[in-house]
Amino acid sequence: MAKPKIATTSLAGCFGCHMSILDIDERILELVELVDFDKSPIDDIKEFHHRCAVGLIEGGCANEENVRVLKDFRRHCDILISLGECAILGGIPALRNTIPLQECLDEAYLNGPSVYNPAKTIPNDPEIPLLLNKVYPCHEVVKIDYFLQGCPPRADAIWETLVALLTDKPVDLPYDLIKYD
Amino acid sequence: MPMSQTIDFIIDGVEVSARPGQTILQAADEAGIYIPRLCAHKDLVPHGSCRICTVLVNGRPQSACTQPVAPGIVVQNDIEKLNNVRRNILDMLFVEGNHYCMFCEKSGNCELQALAYRFGIMAPKFPYQFPARDVDASHPDIYIDRNRCILCARCIRASRDLDGKHVFEFVGRGPEKRVAVNAEARLADTDVDVTDKALSICPVGALMRKRQGYADPIGRRRYDHQPIGSDIEAKRSATG
Ligand code: SF4
Ligand code: SF4
Ligand code: FES
Repeated sequence: MAKPKIATTSLAGCFGCHMSILDIDERILELVELVDFDKSPIDDIKEFHHRCAVGLIEGGCANEENVRVLKDFRRHCDILISLGECAILGGIPALRNTIPLQECLDEAYLNGPSVYNPAKTIPNDPEIPLLLNKVYPCHEVVKIDYFLQGCPPRADAIWETLVALLTDKPVDLPYDLIKYD
Repeated sequence: MPMSQTIDFIIDGVEVSARPGQTILQAADEAGIYIPRLCAHKDLVPHGSCRICTVLVNGRPQSACTQPVAPGIVVQNDIEKLNNVRRNILDMLFVEGNHYCMFCEKSGNCELQALAYRFGIMAPKFPYQFPARDVDASHPDIYIDRNRCILCARCIRASRDLDGKHVFEFVGRGPEKRVAVNAEARLADTDVDVTDKALSICPVGALMRKRQGYADPIGRRRYDHQPIGSDIEAKRSATG
């Protein structure tokens, strides 16, 4: 029987959650026995090739490209997991949510103390994904099936959740592994 | 009724003896039964505002921190229906503020976060509000971060009743309600002091001392391994 596939992505995140996936240490060898990786920065596969059992989403939705990728994950994955505070709450990028977008752009490109921008342009190339008005938690954009809290989630929490899901067991994390920081 | 008389009643099927004048919460604490709470604190007069401590008394919802004990009452506390109400209240407190636990100095020692851990909340079910709230860092030793304030009024009661000052008060109503200080505008212009009880009694990271940083390493913070309320429940397992 073919191994189940998993996919991962980092939207508006810092890749810390992906580092925490790697933090399962030598259990990564057990993981590759259990699954094959499809679309993921870990193997640098850019588009989906197969239907996936599990998709791990790091980061929230800060721009239209994040939304496109997230919806693509929802279409291709049986189970979606929001991995970490940025996927669940918007995280650090969501600190801009109390400030109007135009003010954020003006501060970053025109008014900031270290800005050198004599042409006074705000980047507007069609190649650059448009920013959303605010940063959205993933579950406010698509249906998310599981949430792993933490900044980043503990490697043990990621491991136990993946193994439970891939072996059809209920996910029941011990108290010590539920942390919001 | 003579003061020595005890009042017998039942919480979650356990027979409890209380003294006249005690609240249900106080009697439960002494009996080693944990009723979740946020605005209540053993050194403060009850405020009855957060409703986390809601129990059913003979089937009717009452706040355990304000409701006096009475003979023969049957109190339900740890039941799914109430725990779901508590989860909803906690969810609302999270989405109505801006709680970035990952950089909050209170994380690991915070009662709001600890309750969410105890109830296994993995994500709030309500949409985040991302309200615009301000920080008052004018005082040399203390700051108020209103992004994290849950309006429990502990600081108000502590400043008034324990510190003998009136540094804090609520102003505004509904979503506009906030903790204000007893001065024209700034915390720096009040007589608040870093040793005031009002500071240490804040359950969250809203009223904080400056320059203490992340004092306890991860793994050695108050709620890292033991859920909130374990100390109270330990009394019961100790007495069998
Ligand atoms: S006050 Fe508590 S819940 Fe809020 S950010 Fe700080 S640790 Fe988290
Ligand atoms: S500052 Fe702290 S103690 Fe005061 S009302 Fe807000 S949360 Fe409660
Ligand atoms: S603890 Fe009783 S209402 Fe807040």
